[in-house]
Amino acid sequence: MSYHSPTSVDQAVELLASRDDARPMSGGTDLLVQMRSGRLKPGAIVDIKGIDRAVGSRAQDGGFVIGAATPCTELLDDAALCAAWPGVVEAANLIGSVQVRNRATIGGNLCNASPAADSVPALIAAGARAVVAGPQGERIVAVEDLLAGPGWTTLGKGEFVLEFILPVREPGSADAYLRSIPRTEMDIAVVGAGINLSCDASGTITAARVALGAVAPTALLVPDAGAALIGSKLDEAALTAMGEAAKAACRPIDDKRGTIDYRIAMSAVYARRAAVIAYNRSRETL
Amino acid sequence: MSKQHIRATVNGDAVDFLCEPTTSLLNALRDELRLTGSKEGCGSGDCGACSVMLDDKLVCSCLVLAPEIDGRRVETIEGLAQDGQLHPLQRKFLEHGALQCGFCTPGVLVAAKALLERNVDPTEEETRYWLAGNLCRCTGYDKIIRAVLDTAAELRQERLPA
Repeated sequence: MSYHSPTSVDQAVELLASRDDARPMSGGTDLLVQMRSGRLKPGAIVDIKGIDRAVGSRAQDGGFVIGAATPCTELLDDAALCAAWPGVVEAANLIGSVQVRNRATIGGNLCNASPAADSVPALIAAGARAVVAGPQGERIVAVEDLLAGPGWTTLGKGEFVLEFILPVREPGSADAYLRSIPRTEMDIAVVGAGINLSCDASGTITAARVALGAVAPTALLVPDAGAALIGSKLDEAALTAMGEAAKAACRPIDDKRGTIDYRIAMSAVYARRAAVIAYNRSRETL
Repeated sequence: MSKQHIRATVNGDAVDFLCEPTTSLLNALRDELRLTGSKEGCGSGDCGACSVMLDDKLVCSCLVLAPEIDGRRVETIEGLAQDGQLHPLQRKFLEHGALQCGFCTPGVLVAAKALLERNVDPTEEETRYWLAGNLCRCTGYDKIIRAVLDTAAELRQERLPA
């Protein structure tokens, strides 16, 4: 195996396209574990942390751009990002331990494609788009469209996720992410719920996106759940309707962390709790 | 497979060594540099026994490739004591008996030092969350937490004007 640390997007694409068993690496917290277990045997590792655009966060066109290889803990240092997208930042900072979050990245969390990835439902709820670099140049893809199944993305040969684009924030908008885990720290989501919503000056919700993790082969955008909130002031009827829509979208598995029935029931509970947090946050921005 | 030549600063000393590209930082520290204080518990980033500082960031050295440290700064447990003087954390761990088998202790100490450098007055809850990535199968954590909080109290005292 060879290790490469390109400093330009073009170099990285060339290296990744040059052989079938080349793998991009950002934090390496999933990749190196899978290599050690023998599940992956890459012939070449292409470390993208040396590419300027792949690291750091910055305001751009009224929204934000986050380099795909930015460590999760570094997002906490961007006060404007934390104020605009608290749900995305908190989701990224629920992953693993401090040691892991100092290396792990949202780009890696997405591309590792675990159904239980914490940052992915938050990114989907946020309407985040990924800038994908590849042999044909760059393309911009909705995060939910990059997910194919457990461990699989829709990235083509030679492609890697370079940046994420978070949309322009209007006043009255906020997001939140919550997950259910059996322990208080260092565990993998049994259910994750990301909510992003906007409300007008009267507190009526004008837009909402609901995304769920760990309840299907990929993180899910649940349009019916978001629609159930629109036009409401987050009253009981709207929350109940959203919860029912969330449960209807779940296609989970039984495993040691939770049963199918438990995951489905908890999807409504965590979506409700996250919606309340997002709603209260959105009111504070008015 | 060709070996890579790595130059870095470890505990303030310039080092250079050859390694396979797949070598973890942990194995490079232990096998090439003979710094065996950092331990491998799990090899998957769960236990924290291999915790080191990489450019002032707390990381699991088992989840870093050795070639990644080229040109960078690493601090390990071997750099904690200075000029034969134990670090206050090391002293407090002895006072409180905050270790039994000792396998997790180097990682816990490196992680606790990183916490106190950021925040010299952490709450017990903050301390427990910060150290959640360091597993100890002997002590039940209570003495570890007490030793860290007691060290913090001592460090705050030292900072008071005379």
